[in-house]
Amino acid sequence: MASSETPVTRRLKCIKHIIIVCSGKGGVGKSSVSTQLALSLHSSSPTARVAILDVDLTGPSIPRMLGLDGHGVVQSSDGWVPVSADGTEARLSCMSVGFLLKKKDDSVVWRGPKKNAMIRQFLSDVRWGDLDYLVIDTPPGTSDEHLSLLEHMSGVHSRLSAVIVTTPQAVALMDAMKCLSFTRTVNLPILGLIENMSGYVCPCCGEISNVFSTGGGEEMARREGLTFLGSLPVDTELVTLLDAAEVESAADSEGVSEDPAHGTERTFQLFQQYQRTSSSKLFKGIVDRIIDRIPIVEEEQQPHGV
Amino acid sequence: MIAVQHPVVPPNPRTVPIDAPEHCPGTESELAGKADACAGCANQEICASGQTKGPDPALPFVRERMSGVKRKILILSGKGGVGKSTFTAQLGWAFSADDRLQTGIMDVDICGPSIPTILGIASEQVHSSSSGWSPVYVQDNLGVMSVGFMLPSSRDAVMWRGPKKNGLISQFLKDVDWGDLDYLLVDTPPGTSDEHLSIVTYLKESGIDGAVVITTPQEVALQDVRREINFCQKVGIRVLGVVENMSGFVCPSCKTESQIFKPSTGGAKRLAEEMVVELLGTVPLDPRIGKSADYGVSFLDEYPDSPASIAYLDIIDRIKRILGD
Repeated sequence: MASSETPVTRRLKCIKHIIIVCSGKGGVGKSSVSTQLALSLHSSSPTARVAILDVDLTGPSIPRMLGLDGHGVVQSSDGWVPVSADGTEARLSCMSVGFLLKKKDDSVVWRGPKKNAMIRQFLSDVRWGDLDYLVIDTPPGTSDEHLSLLEHMSGVHSRLSAVIVTTPQAVALMDAMKCLSFTRTVNLPILGLIENMSGYVCPCCGEISNVFSTGGGEEMARREGLTFLGSLPVDTELVTLLDAAEVESAADSEGVSEDPAHGTERTFQLFQQYQRTSSSKLFKGIVDRIIDRIPIVEEEQQPHGV
Repeated sequence: MIAVQHPVVPPNPRTVPIDAPEHCPGTESELAGKADACAGCANQEICASGQTKGPDPALPFVRERMSGVKRKILILSGKGGVGKSTFTAQLGWAFSADDRLQTGIMDVDICGPSIPTILGIASEQVHSSSSGWSPVYVQDNLGVMSVGFMLPSSRDAVMWRGPKKNGLISQFLKDVDWGDLDYLLVDTPPGTSDEHLSIVTYLKESGIDGAVVITTPQEVALQDVRREINFCQKVGIRVLGVVENMSGFVCPSCKTESQIFKPSTGGAKRLAEEMVVELLGTVPLDPRIGKSADYGVSFLDEYPDSPASIAYLDIIDRIKRILGD
């Protein structure tokens, strides 16, 4: 246990596992993997409580992917209330800087110290409640956001683990390698590596093209002694689903007041449609492997586990 | 494993002190000398006195170095992995195909430098001389500078917070012996943060000719790109135009074109109309582009007749025309 209690450890006390999704490279599908991970963990058990925290401050994509664009965060006496992605069931909640912007096209032009402060606030002021899993989506690179995250969560280090996402081409693998060096330096245990965008199936003739090459992630996992969690081909159905073009109307509503009815309807669709994609089947295997690999945390750290 | 090899001199002490605490807000920040992190820092008094808030002492040096550079172009995108570095490299190769032009590429993506690999010079190192660090030359008229040349191994991660990254960027601008250049292309990391602010601040005086914004067709990418254009407007950089990358994929087997990343909200075309910027062109997704980048060869030279090459060259011509060259 941490030697002294900080606002962050106090807040994260009721969270069993924290999974950081990272990758040195941008645009390899960290956010889509985080979203799929949260959705799959959510359906892995009927009682699983999952939350997703988006610390990509200058390019938040999670709200869009979960169909929550335009929602706002409510301030309560006990901190910020995260946005619920599954309506009244309230087993999947989400927090992102995207919810705090007045206009969704506003750019967040922040230097390191401001980003650091925002991350501390996300970790210490959000009322997550009891959670089985907190998935953290990170920006590309190995810089301020990553250092801040690990620093603020040092009190709960034993419950942290990471998943590395990469695409198969050499340029991306090089950055993934840097990310791995980073996790080793800061002693962050790796649950495994996911190879994303591995092959594309032509909708016309069914021919598989290796748009961004293939097999590089698996090769890297073998070389570095990491668990290879699986590869995901480009799934246009999923791209379209997460791109969620039809929720424009919600985006126009006021930033602060959320529209629960709309959100529920849209996310029910998301849950159902996601189950129908071919990726969700592949991802189920990945999540099973992830759950297997998550270390069991001692009871003393789970107040509600007794 | 913060590993930068000799002969890299530490950043200018007045920009970021060597002995700065980890959370140093930067000496030009409003918080300089007043932030929590400043307590106990040896430089706290100097910072708090306001002396450091004047113009950055690196600026005159940057101005002098940049006086020999005719055109400075930024390659930006809010989103990662959309092809900024690939585009920068093609642009560099295309410009340097003309023997009379001198081109430089500066890679300010400190945490994920891809430029050395894409240009096939990943194993090179930076050498310093009395006139500064000399760039690595791909060919006589194409010089490159990247943090990738300073790492002992490509596996090493650069775990730097903002102020240290800014220090290196200022050095890339003032300590690199670029010589006289017709074009300086600046490849940036994704986002709108330290690197972007620094490059804009340092180049403000000498003038940035414009930015090329790269995107892919799906809304998740366009969202970030809107933010980037918004950033350009905020800091007063002219957007030369938007390039849509990975737009459509032609199956090598049946030759049918399909959309891997569907432009569900109208793609870059609609974005360009909404934000009143020019659409410079669209480049189809060709697996050979990625392959060429992995092997460090020029896609334009390898496959000059492919639709993607034609699209690239067309875009490059338009950029030249917009700049009036």
